[in-house]
Amino acid sequence: MPFIPHTEEELRQMLETIGVAAIDDLFDEIPAALRARSLEGIGPGLSEMEISRLMQEKARQDGQPLCFIGAGAYDHHVPAAVWEIATRGEFYTAYTPYQAEASQGTLQLLYEYQTMMAELMAMEVSNASLYDGASALAEAVLMAVRANRGSKSKRVLIPRSVHPAYRATVRTIVRNQGIELEELPYDAGSGHTDLEALEGHAGEDFAALIVPQPNFFGVLEPADPMAEVAAANGWLTIALVNPLAMALLKPPGEWGGAGADIACGDGQPLGAPLSSGGPYFGFLCTRQKLVRQMPGRLVGRTRDLEGREGFTLTLQAREQHIRRSKATSNICTNQGLMVTAATLHMALLGAEGLARTAAACHANLGRLVEKLTALEGIEPRFAGPAFHESVLKLPMEVAGVLRTLAAHNILGGYDLQRDYPELENCLLVCATESRTDEDLEKYAVNLERVLASRRQGACATMVRFDL
Amino acid sequence: MLIFQHSRPGRRARAQAPKEKAGLDAIPEQFLRRSRPRLPEVSELQAVRHYTRLSQKNFSIDTQFYPLGSCTMKYNPRGANRLAMLPGFLARHPLAPESHSQGFLSAMHELQEILAKVTGMAAVSLAPMAGAQGEFAGVAMIRAYHQARGDGGRTEILVPDAAHGTNPASAVMCGYRVREIPTLAEGDVDLEALRRALGPQTAGIMLTNPSTLGVFERHIATIAEMVHEAGGLLYYDGANLNAILGRVRPGDMGFDVIHVNLHKTFSTPHGGGGPGAGPVGVGERLAPYLPVPLVDFDGHDYRLLTEKERPESIGRLSAFAGNAGVLLRAYVYAKMLGAEGMRRVADYSTLNANYLMKRLRAAGFTPAYPSRRATHEFIITLKQEAKELGVNAMDFAKRLLDLGMHAPTTYFPLLVPECFLIEPTETEAKETLDAFVEAMVRIREEAREAPEKVKGAPWTLPVRRLDDVRAAREPDLKWEPPA
Repeated sequence: MPFIPHTEEELRQMLETIGVAAIDDLFDEIPAALRARSLEGIGPGLSEMEISRLMQEKARQDGQPLCFIGAGAYDHHVPAAVWEIATRGEFYTAYTPYQAEASQGTLQLLYEYQTMMAELMAMEVSNASLYDGASALAEAVLMAVRANRGSKSKRVLIPRSVHPAYRATVRTIVRNQGIELEELPYDAGSGHTDLEALEGHAGEDFAALIVPQPNFFGVLEPADPMAEVAAANGWLTIALVNPLAMALLKPPGEWGGAGADIACGDGQPLGAPLSSGGPYFGFLCTRQKLVRQMPGRLVGRTRDLEGREGFTLTLQAREQHIRRSKATSNICTNQGLMVTAATLHMALLGAEGLARTAAACHANLGRLVEKLTALEGIEPRFAGPAFHESVLKLPMEVAGVLRTLAAHNILGGYDLQRDYPELENCLLVCATESRTDEDLEKYAVNLERVLASRRQGACATMVRFDL
Repeated sequence: MLIFQHSRPGRRARAQAPKEKAGLDAIPEQFLRRSRPRLPEVSELQAVRHYTRLSQKNFSIDTQFYPLGSCTMKYNPRGANRLAMLPGFLARHPLAPESHSQGFLSAMHELQEILAKVTGMAAVSLAPMAGAQGEFAGVAMIRAYHQARGDGGRTEILVPDAAHGTNPASAVMCGYRVREIPTLAEGDVDLEALRRALGPQTAGIMLTNPSTLGVFERHIATIAEMVHEAGGLLYYDGANLNAILGRVRPGDMGFDVIHVNLHKTFSTPHGGGGPGAGPVGVGERLAPYLPVPLVDFDGHDYRLLTEKERPESIGRLSAFAGNAGVLLRAYVYAKMLGAEGMRRVADYSTLNANYLMKRLRAAGFTPAYPSRRATHEFIITLKQEAKELGVNAMDFAKRLLDLGMHAPTTYFPLLVPECFLIEPTETEAKETLDAFVEAMVRIREEAREAPEKVKGAPWTLPVRRLDDVRAAREPDLKWEPPA
């Protein structure tokens, strides 16, 4: 009974108070046929020491390779204070702030978060978070279809340069509501969305256009003209952005003439460790006039009985616990703890710190690309400017190269051919501010060796083949 | 005071960002941001002190009794947090190759197995990131199953009127119409109404058992038979699994698909409203539709199965593999409990709830279902107190906060007037439950003698009652600096 406090004597007293002889009697309303199966195959409980040893072994087993994979999850420095404070019991073990007076800490923090995120996106309002970037994009699509009163269609334009797993998630979530996703090709030379193809849809009825910035290839999209095409055709613009990049790049609120209508994305670069893909958090910002179409929790500032400032959940008439089947979403929890971390992270870095971090990522990527393209047979695949990720074309199949690099404890990047068959031998590499010059050099040296040995291997095979 | 009000131009936490300012020459002007976002400019100490002080304005399990019904606010073991945050787990990239993932994947595979065994299901996917996403996945699987059989006329999901709001909202997200089924006076589903509602249009029914009324649905076997007979499937909302963990398995009750709230039953932290995790389990016939990724073990290596290997899957619910860090915490907790510990969760959460119900009843409070056993939670109705003393459930709730206890869930389920849904959980000691009874009795005394004390509560917290109407009418959702 690792966490149950009852003594034998208390158990006896409690059963006596209830008026039963044994705990078993408390289950007497449950039909006997359903009761008391044994839990075969679930072993005996472990002490904290035993489970610690087991977990340490498992964590050690996966090593700590030198990582150049990005593809939606980025290895950034997180200030020690972020998780020291986020895991304080008062944040870690509180629940959704339904009792506002007993939750002012979480509520004020969420209000500060909403302010910071709206500022970063240059948007009017932010919600208190969603699950992750991919599901936030799905919620943005559903919201756009609801909010675009001028459109009769349930069709949304989504560039192929959006993260493949995001596109897959959106499909899963919106499919059953009759929403269609129309994919837009990317330009084979630049790697950004094909503007001609986009303009080819002019005059058609869509609820929204999704604009990723940067896109999955790390390439910067022509966000201004894309948002302008959307506005001219009565489509809402959904910005899908890396929040850290927005410390440097033009934020969604400033795109085109009037700005994006919805901005969303994954908050992982703001204080969440890689942690095998989660928990991260999704963010979603919009214009004031669309706020009632927004999914997820919102915190507002108000006054108490004595006129003091206080914070409370608000505009709950949008939500499932009030509206049930007519809610804007089924979402109940958000990712409160991750938002706690993100708020601390943004407060500790500030605009200057985030901009420096983003610039350092960008500079590191430049150095990495320079080093790797200096190797024989490696070229940049796309011509357009990139943020902290870039696509390289290798002289051979990527999968084998990555396997050999992994054997040397280097995770060399993401094999794009898995999702884009036309991007043969193409590798997506990432360098954040936390990779040092030595790390970059180590990658280049090892990659050179791997390419050389595989070339030799290939020759050897050919020789044998000739025989 | 807001963090922004501590801000001074040019102040920074200098240890936290790269020292050198890197250049941006490769990025053309038109892509760049023109003005800085107004984020706080504070020192590290200022940020640490500000957020530490904010944390102290929260109630939490670590600091207060938190008997919030239907939320299972039990002790979140510190060991689970420490071990999920081992550097190796935090640093693992979600797309790391299998060669660098065997430790993590082995834990996830074992968690899938443990959850399947304790719920009596054939297979489990850990992908859903919250209970509501588990519900969505479950209903989407029901839909995929009917569609694969060419059974396209099933357009309706049945939901008891006592259900969580997420149930109907999830069904609608999957493109279904929702029909509510009434509940009888003793808390069971109205079988006659159910019989009338069932038909060729029925895709399935979503049930929580024990229900949100804090009682076990006694006719579950009959319900399962009726729904299956009509060609529908049964969805189990795992919100209340804590009450029967290791005692009764949803699979044995006839459910075809379930979700488990790991942040309730498996004690992962609620974190001020997330992150949660809502794994789904299914019987054999729904197994092909499970959301990806799944963890597979071929006897030698662990690997992730994706859309490629699982073509009939309803698909992906997140960019990667769900809330992995939450899953690790649940794994640690499950391993610490073992089979015997799991059963004791049900035993002692049920013991605590029945004891507390009995003592409140003896003190003159009114259980909503007096003829029934409590499960891991129960409802009292303060209808009589409201009528006689003019203080309602909200007043009681706010006054409890003054007395150092978090309030139970109020005004849910909607069926019971002036209700408290009370879930003490198994990790609370007898003296805490006794103190709760004393607090309730004291509040009733105060309501008789000095009702303003109760109606005006709370008095001792950072704020008194807040103006929710103002918050909704003039939404102030973002701080603006004074002009």
